[in-house]
Amino acid sequence: MTQFFNDLFLVAMKDLRIEIRSRVIVNQVAPFAVLVLVLFGFALDADQRTLRLFAPGLFWVAILLCLLLAVQRSVSLEVINDSLLGLKMAGLSPSSIFLGKAMAVFVQMIFLELFLTGGVIIFYGTSIDDLALWIVSGLVAALALSATGTLYGALASGLEVRETLLPILLLPVLAPVLIGATKAYSGALGESVTNGWQWTGLLSLFALAALALGAMAYGVLVEE
Amino acid sequence: MSTRKIFKRNQGATSSPKSRLLGLATLFGLVTLFVFAFFLTDPDVRLHPTTGEEIGQFDAVRLLYLHVPMAIIGPYVAPLVGAVASVGYLIKRTQWWDVTAHAAIEVGAIFCGLVLLTGSIWGRPVWNTWWEWGDVRLMTTLILFLMLLGYLALRRVAPDGQKQARRSAIVAIVAAINLPIINRSVEWWESRTLHQKSTLSELKIEDLTFFTLMMGIVVFLMLFTWLVLHRFRLGWLEKESLEQDVLTSIEERRSEATVNEEGTL
Repeated sequence: MTQFFNDLFLVAMKDLRIEIRSRVIVNQVAPFAVLVLVLFGFALDADQRTLRLFAPGLFWVAILLCLLLAVQRSVSLEVINDSLLGLKMAGLSPSSIFLGKAMAVFVQMIFLELFLTGGVIIFYGTSIDDLALWIVSGLVAALALSATGTLYGALASGLEVRETLLPILLLPVLAPVLIGATKAYSGALGESVTNGWQWTGLLSLFALAALALGAMAYGVLVEE
Repeated sequence: MSTRKIFKRNQGATSSPKSRLLGLATLFGLVTLFVFAFFLTDPDVRLHPTTGEEIGQFDAVRLLYLHVPMAIIGPYVAPLVGAVASVGYLIKRTQWWDVTAHAAIEVGAIFCGLVLLTGSIWGRPVWNTWWEWGDVRLMTTLILFLMLLGYLALRRVAPDGQKQARRSAIVAIVAAINLPIINRSVEWWESRTLHQKSTLSELKIEDLTFFTLMMGIVVFLMLFTWLVLHRFRLGWLEKESLEQDVLTSIEERRSEATVNEEGTL
């Protein structure tokens, strides 16, 4: 069991180290996220009251778009030089590879969520009313997104049309996460009187199911 | 009888005497259903208790004799068959399960698309809208339809063989597991559902209407079975043809190599 967690952290640290050195998330994905927020502002006629009302939904749509980029990046790391084969030959179990890669995407998603929260506070004029709900729902949603994204990234990996196929496969599956996270954030940002904790419960269920399914299915996907 | 034997006896065609019989019965059933739905049953007309004005779904109710059976098969039966066959594939790893899953989901996607289309056409006069965002069943069916399209897209682009089958099986299983969560989330999201509660379980409808609806379910189940059967056989032929192409190519390369060796000697 200790070996399993060692492998998991090794894979996660490998991906994060590559990310820190290449700075794709910081230099490309984060500016893209801000661009999306600004584009929403243009589309909604720069009315801050409207933007504040729709901020939770716009925030999570921006996060979903960023997730696609982060997952594409995570997959491409293993496709280049057939690194995944190297990991398997090193004796790492598929489930530890999956959880390690999901953890790396999770850390990147948390960074993007924090960054984008700053964006919606500055551009849309929102404020955090329920800090505990904001933290917990943000963490659980990031977990659900990263686990599902990593699983579907593996599904689309190695295909010539990976870039176009991944959104078609992944986004419909993430519909409950988008709804749940938006509702939870609406409560946390004080934009509606929804029961944010109930939605966080649904997100937790989704995250657990995605983690368990991913850990089981990843082995089937990467076997040659 | 094994699939291989059926093809051999029918010289590669996707039909067999039994499937032709099923096809004829389905055709007869469809014609009968159309006669019952569009001519023999009454339109839904009731009188308003206070004003005495005529209210109801009028002739639009006839579309439900097609919509309800398709709504049972497209979003429920087909994905379930697809998911079970996908689990079967991951356990047994045989082509039969994979081709069955593909056939069920492809036909299911068509049914799902038709459910959305007929529902929208029916909703315009009855609900006064083409689309209702807060309706649980409508939204769940739409998301499922998109997931099934994703499955079919994956099947088209993934390399053939075991790799394609494995990836597709995972997508089908995840779609089936995700379905109750989507349903629950949409239900919590907006509770202004316009869909009526099941009238079948509460037996609010009787006589000819009930009979026509039941007949619709049976006929559409027959149609689904017939379509899946043919799609399965077509899928099987595709796989056989692909394997044959590979074998022929190997033979050609071998004979080329032999000729080259002889030439060198």
